[in-house]
Amino acid sequence: MDHLRMNGAYWGLTALDLLGKLDSVNVDEVISWILKCQHESGGFSGNIGHDPHILYTLSAVQVLALFNKLDVLDIDKVATYITGLQNEDGSFSGDMWGEVDTRFSYIAICCLSILCCLDKINVEKAVSYILSCKNLDGGFGCTPGGESHAGQIFCCVGALALTGSLHYVDKDLLGWWLCERQVKSGGLNGRPEKLPDVCYSWWVLSSLIMIDRVHWIDKEKLVKFILDCQDVENGGISDRPDDAVDVYHTYFGVAGLSLLNYPGLKAIDPAYALPVDVVNRIFFSG
Amino acid sequence: MHGRPRKAPKPEDEAASSAKAQKLRALQTQFFSFHHNKIYTKEAVELSAKLLEINPESYTAWNYRKLAVEHYLNLPDCNPDSIKSVLDDELRVVENALRQNFKSYGAWHHRKWVLSKGHSSIDNELRLLDKFQKADSRNFHAWNYRRFVAESMKRSEQDELKYTEDMIYANFSNYSAWHNRSVLLSALFDKKAEGFLLKEKVLPEEYEFIHQAIFTDPDDQSGWFYHLWLLDQTVTTDSPLLASSWPGHGSDVLLVGDRCYNGSAFSPFSALHSDSGSFPIVLYFNQPVRGVNSSTVTVECGFNKNEDLLWKPLSASNSQTARVWVAHLKVPSSDLHSTVEVSVGHTKGIISTRGFEYSHPSMLSFKVHVQPMERDSSQVSVAESISLREENFKVYGKQSEESIIDSFDQLIIKNGRETTASNWRFEALAKEIECFRELLSLVDCKIGKLTLARLLKAYDAMSYPFANKLVHSEEVLELYSDLMKLDRTHYQFYKDERSIVLLQKYKDSVSSAICGPICLRLNNLSLSRMGAFEKLLWVEMLDLSHNELQSIEGLEAMQLLSCLSLRNNKLRSLTALEPLRKLKLLRILDISYNQIGDHSIDTTRYVCSSPLSHSVGSELNRDETVTSDVALINNWEAFYIFKDFNLNQLDIVGNTIADEKFKSVLVKIMPKLKQLDGKLLD
Repeated sequence: MDHLRMNGAYWGLTALDLLGKLDSVNVDEVISWILKCQHESGGFSGNIGHDPHILYTLSAVQVLALFNKLDVLDIDKVATYITGLQNEDGSFSGDMWGEVDTRFSYIAICCLSILCCLDKINVEKAVSYILSCKNLDGGFGCTPGGESHAGQIFCCVGALALTGSLHYVDKDLLGWWLCERQVKSGGLNGRPEKLPDVCYSWWVLSSLIMIDRVHWIDKEKLVKFILDCQDVENGGISDRPDDAVDVYHTYFGVAGLSLLNYPGLKAIDPAYALPVDVVNRIFFSG
Repeated sequence: MHGRPRKAPKPEDEAASSAKAQKLRALQTQFFSFHHNKIYTKEAVELSAKLLEINPESYTAWNYRKLAVEHYLNLPDCNPDSIKSVLDDELRVVENALRQNFKSYGAWHHRKWVLSKGHSSIDNELRLLDKFQKADSRNFHAWNYRRFVAESMKRSEQDELKYTEDMIYANFSNYSAWHNRSVLLSALFDKKAEGFLLKEKVLPEEYEFIHQAIFTDPDDQSGWFYHLWLLDQTVTTDSPLLASSWPGHGSDVLLVGDRCYNGSAFSPFSALHSDSGSFPIVLYFNQPVRGVNSSTVTVECGFNKNEDLLWKPLSASNSQTARVWVAHLKVPSSDLHSTVEVSVGHTKGIISTRGFEYSHPSMLSFKVHVQPMERDSSQVSVAESISLREENFKVYGKQSEESIIDSFDQLIIKNGRETTASNWRFEALAKEIECFRELLSLVDCKIGKLTLARLLKAYDAMSYPFANKLVHSEEVLELYSDLMKLDRTHYQFYKDERSIVLLQKYKDSVSSAICGPICLRLNNLSLSRMGAFEKLLWVEMLDLSHNELQSIEGLEAMQLLSCLSLRNNKLRSLTALEPLRKLKLLRILDISYNQIGDHSIDTTRYVCSSPLSHSVGSELNRDETVTSDVALINNWEAFYIFKDFNLNQLDIVGNTIADEKFKSVLVKIMPKLKQLDGKLLD
C-alpha cells in the first residue's frame, strides 16, 4: 500500500481535522515529504520514487489546503499538469499513459477549484463528457456505458456540483437508486445486491446530500452501522463489523458521521471532501 | 482492505508480515533503480513482473513495463515474431496480476494498452472475459473491458444483446447484465436499427423478460431499475411538449395596478395585481428544454414588438436549459383591451436535453385588459403590513367549485395528438397494472406496491386532462401510506412522493382577499415536498404554513408569487431559499419558525448559486465595501440568496440563525426592506 501513501495522508489527516486533532501532527515534516513527491511535470506521486498521477496530485493539494499552506505551491505548475491531462472529448486521463475514468474528471475539477483556477480547463467539455457517462438508472459509471457505482456517482455528482451543473442530474431518479443502497442492517452498499461497506457511507451519503435527497435514508440506522464497525479496543473503523480496520475506512466512517451531524465532529463539505471551514477559507476570506 | 477478519496480531504473524514487507521493500528499491535509470534488460523487466505479481497495484511498475515494451519495439532488430513474443509476455503478466486481484485498474488498463498495439484476437479476449464472468458476474472492470473489446473489434449490439440474455437466464440477479442490456437497447432504439424501430413491439417482450426477474424474487433489486426504465420508455414521448402556461389559452387577463378591481366579469384566477408595468408569460414544458427565444416563440400583440422579448430559463446558475421559461411583456399604462397570440415551436430550435426537437407547434391566445390606477399611488400606505391570516380573507364559496376546477385545468395544455397515437402505451400500462395487482395478491411486497403506485400515476397522467379526474389518486395515496409503514427505512421517500400526489388532486381551500388577489391555502397537509406546479402558475399568494417542507425545489415556476408563507416548516438552511431568487414579484415572505441555523450540514449548498459551484462570480470578495465587513463574509449564504430579492416584508423569527446580529446583516443586504419581524425599518 506504499504506493498510495499520499492518499493515506489525505485520509488520515482529514479524519484528524474532523476530530479536531490536526495539530497533533508535525506540519513541516508532512509538507517537506509532500514536496519531495512533486515531479518536473507538476504532478505528484503516491510516494517518493513513484511516478506522478492525477490521483495523488489531488490528495497533495487537499492536504496542503488542510494546513492552509497552498502558498508553498507553484500553482501554475500544478495547473499545467492537470490541464495537460484533458482529452479532446473533455475527459481526463490519469497520467501520460491515458487511462480515462470519470474519477479523474472529478479530481481535475476539484483540484483546480481548490487552487482557484478552474477556468484553465475546458469546463463545458468536461461536463459534457461526464454527462455522457450518465446511465438510464440515473447513476454514473467510469466511462460511457459503465455500470452505475456509488464511487463513480460521487465523482460525477461532485464534479457537476462544483461546476454549477447539478440541474443535469435527475435528482429523483438518482435519489431513489442511492437511497435503495441502504440495506436491512442499516449500512449502505455501492450497487444493487452487494454487501454494505462503511466507505459507501461517504460515496452514497455525500451524493445524496449534494442532490438534497439524504432524508430518503434512515440516518439513525446508518450511524449505528458505522459505530458498529469500530474496533473499540484498538481504535479505527473497518469496512464491516468485526473486520480488520484501516485508515481508509476510518476516514470514510468519520466523514460519513460528520455528514450525519454526529456530535463532536467538524462539518465536512460533501463536494470538496474537506472540512467546511477549510473550503470557506479558500472562497470567502476576502 | 476489504473483507479481512479482525484478529489480534500474534507475534509470529507480525514477524511473518514484517519479513514479507522487507522482501517487498528490497524488490521495490531494486525496481526503482532500474526504472529511474531507464534499464530495460530482460532481468530488470522480470523483476518488475515479480513485483506486480505480489502487488498488482504498484502502478509505477505498469508504467515501467510500457516503457520497456516501447523500448523493445523501437529496437532496430525487432521483427513480427519478437514483437509477438514481447506482447504475449505482457498479456501473461496481466493475467497473473488479475489472478491476484481481478479488480486491479492498473492491470486492466495495461491489457487495453497492449491491445492497442494490435495484438490478440476477439475470440481470445472473449474467452478471457468468460472466465471472469464465471468468477464474478458483477466485476465491472470485466464488463467495461467487454464493452471496450466489443467496440474496438466491431461486435454487433445484437450479438452483445444475446449475450446479456444468456447471462440473465443463467442468473436473474445480475444487475450488470441488465444494465448492459439497457445500454444496448437504448443504442439500438437511437439508431433505429432493424427490428428495433418500433418500441411498441420491443417493449412488451422486455416486460415479459423482466417479470421473470422481479416475480421470482421480489426482494432482489436487480430488475427494479430496468423495469422503471421500461416504464419511462412506455410513458415518455421523445419530443418535449408544452404542459402548461400562464396566462392560459382562452383566458382573459386583467392587470390591476392596485389591490382593488371591479372586474366581476373576470375570474379572480386571471387577475394579476402588479404595478410594475409588465406581466410575465410563463411556459411550462414537460421536460427541460433549451432554445426558447423570440424566433422559436413568437408573441404577437398590438402593444409590444416580438423581437424585444427576452426569454429566460428558470434554472439554477447560468444554465440555458430549463423546464420553465418566462418573458415579460410590457404594457402601456392607459386603458387597454387587446389580444395576445403566442406561437410556440413554429420555427425549429426548441430541443430537449436528450436531443429531441419540439415537434407539435402550438398556439395560445388570451386577452389582456389593463385597468389604469384608480388611486394615487402615494395614498397607498407603505407601512401596511400584509398578513395572510384567515380573518383577512374571504373563503371562496362552494358554489364556485366548478369554476375553480375549470380554472386550475385551464392552464393545462391539451396535447390532442398524443392520445390517439398512443394506444399501445395505454395497453402496455394496463397489462403491467394487471400483472402487479396479481403479484400483490400473492406476495405483499414493497416493489409490488411501489411499482403499482407508479403505474397508476402514469396511467392517470396519460389520460388526464381528457378524463376530468385523476381516477386512481386515492388508491395511490393508500399505497404510499402502506409503504411508509412497510419500509420504514425509506419513509421520507414515500412521504415526498405522496405529497406530490396530494397536490395533484387538491382543489379546495382557496380564499380571496376582499377585492384582492387570491390566496391559495395549502397548510396543515403534512406536505414534505412541493409539486404540481403546472397547475399553480396563476398563484399570487401562497400559504404553505404548518407543513413539513424541507425543500421548495421547483417553486421558481410560480412567477406570479408576490406573497409567500413558509411559516412553521422544516427548512434547514438559507440556501434552500434559492428558488425564490427567480420570483421577481415576491414582496412578502414569511420563513419564521423553521430550522435555519440548527444544522451544520447544508444539503442545498450546491443547488444554490455561489462561488463554491462556480455559478456566480465572487462578488463578495471583490466589492471592497463588502470585503471589509466581516459579518457579511461570515454570512455569505445570506448575501448570495438575499441580494437580488426585492422584499418589502420579511419574517424570520423562530430560527436559530435569526439573532440581532444576523438581522442587522440582512438589513444591510436588503436596503429596500420595510419591515422585519413585524418591526418597521427606517
